[in-house]
Amino acid sequence: MATQPGAVVDLRAARRRLLLDTSGIAVAVAGFGLVFGLSARNAGYSPVEAIAMSTIVFAGASQFTAVGYVTAGLPWLPILALTFLLNARHALYSASLAPRLRGVPFLMRASMAHVLTDEAFALSATHFFRIGRIDVPGYWIAAVLGVFIPWNLATIAGVLLGGAIPDPTRFGLDIVFPAAMAGLAVGLVTGRREAVAAGAGAAIGVGLSLLVGPSLGIIAGGLLGPGIGMAVPAGGRHVPPESDVTGLPVDLDTALDDVAHLGDGPS
Amino acid sequence: MSTDLVLLAVLMALVTYPSRAVPLLAPGIERLPPAALLYLRLVGPAVLASLAAVNTLVLLQPDGTYVFHVGVEALGVLACLLVVAWRRNLFLGLLVGVTIVAVLRAVGAA
Repeated sequence: MATQPGAVVDLRAARRRLLLDTSGIAVAVAGFGLVFGLSARNAGYSPVEAIAMSTIVFAGASQFTAVGYVTAGLPWLPILALTFLLNARHALYSASLAPRLRGVPFLMRASMAHVLTDEAFALSATHFFRIGRIDVPGYWIAAVLGVFIPWNLATIAGVLLGGAIPDPTRFGLDIVFPAAMAGLAVGLVTGRREAVAAGAGAAIGVGLSLLVGPSLGIIAGGLLGPGIGMAVPAGGRHVPPESDVTGLPVDLDTALDDVAHLGDGPS
Repeated sequence: MSTDLVLLAVLMALVTYPSRAVPLLAPGIERLPPAALLYLRLVGPAVLASLAAVNTLVLLQPDGTYVFHVGVEALGVLACLLVVAWRRNLFLGLLVGVTIVAVLRAVGAA
């Protein structure tokens, strides 16, 4: 995703390049938003509830996990605890941008924070790296045009389409949710520890679900799996983490590195 | 039309927004010990794998008990997982998984 610093120095040319990058991501985001809408509908969400998730929460993995938790009858408190843990990594992106955005008005920074996703960060970080500094309009292009708008429009399409399919099971659509969860987990496995955490989470989740029910099993798998992953030494083939919204290889490690090497001050 | 989950969405946003906003609005607060950062990095794969496995392999019986079950759904999810690991393409994985399950059900295998 990264290029050499200063490879594109003209701001307008850089923004055109950003728009091109953004259009590819937007298509993938839209496709996955459609899947979220379908999954939410299959889980019994009303259109208003599904749309509220996509506009207000706007965080792919936790929206999907909430579908699973609600279906399993999990109480809201553990859903909120896991949502917090799942989305806590956004602090890394926010922290890496913070020193560069000191001159941006407070309310604008507060708005920028709401649309800070894996894709928005990766796209805008690459753009900033190309031009060698922060570009606030470029951030909005990446975050809103590339992710927020397609994600929400596709959610609406998915939830309406889901309501129009009388028997989703017949078409295999009932496996979209667990298959998407498994696929996203694969995208986040970047080394041995992640693989062990995923395997332990799955095993604990299934084992405890059989003993005490899925509501406790799922949350125990999610909370205890990382502890087991931490107990093993780091190693294995390291691959960059992928986005949790689309599963695309947006190379967030490189994006963090790109922002760390920018000059100060927004344009 | 139900709106009960709108409140859940608002509460989920309230626990999501601080991670996105606090470092931007109050720089310096975000520093966490390395062990905490590692734990947070591992939560994603563990939660997602736990959800996928439980939704695929645990079946609720009519008497209210849960049993271990390996059906055509597990085959579809496994196919998706393998395709994603091989091609790094979630859409392709979902398409393959859903198609396998739909075809097997159409021919009466499930």
